[in-house]
Amino acid sequence: MDTKRQYEVVFIVDPTADDEVARLTDNFKQVVTDQGGVVTKAETMGKRQLAYEILHQKEGTFVLLEIEGSGREIAELERRMRVNDRVLRYLTVRVDEDRRRADKLKERRTRKAAKRPAAVAAAAAPRRPAAMDFTDRNGE
Amino acid sequence: MSANYEDRPRGGGGYEGDDDGDRRSMGGRGGRRIHRRRVCRFCIDKVDLIDFKDVRLLQNYLPERGKILPRRISGNCATHQRMLAEAIKRARNIALLPYTTD
Repeated sequence: MDTKRQYEVVFIVDPTADDEVARLTDNFKQVVTDQGGVVTKAETMGKRQLAYEILHQKEGTFVLLEIEGSGREIAELERRMRVNDRVLRYLTVRVDEDRRRADKLKERRTRKAAKRPAAVAAAAAPRRPAAMDFTDRNGE
Repeated sequence: MSANYEDRPRGGGGYEGDDDGDRRSMGGRGGRRIHRRRVCRFCIDKVDLIDFKDVRLLQNYLPERGKILPRRISGNCATHQRMLAEAIKRARNIALLPYTTD
């Protein structure tokens, strides 16, 4: 349980509060660090059209935070975002497990490629002619 | 090309035999069906992770109505279809993609 978890948090800020985006982001970052988490990345994805209206807003500023921690800071951060009127919507996704799985797959693939560099081409090429020979014999 | 073909079934978890069977049965059904190559694009590109923020990519799998394109049309393997569906649902929640469009 003491292993660090990684999260991606995306939240949408009210477009009428555009000048507050930076302040709000810093505020949330502070919340995370206060709870013992680490913000590994903070990125404003910019203002963009919402796919549907949220609280009668048609667009919003998207902010992405990548957080590393135990999970406690996420609870506090989500509570803050829920209370804040400026935040139209937020989404937290735990990513460490999926990323670890992806890394494992990638590693396995590179190992497999290294193991048989020429064997792949040799195995793939004669297979089809051999199959064709077989059908020819059947036909005759 | 042949290297790609070799890698594909392994990535998807051994689909080689399955795929062949499908193709044959489709041909036998009157032959009226359009023969579409069933290949998982994500397997070919060796995608391990589908990001919900990648709207451009996800939009390819949402027809006008906004429904998730089924596997039988896109030809995705089960693993990648699952990842794709998950990503689309996340993107919908955060208003990057629509739930419905009329």
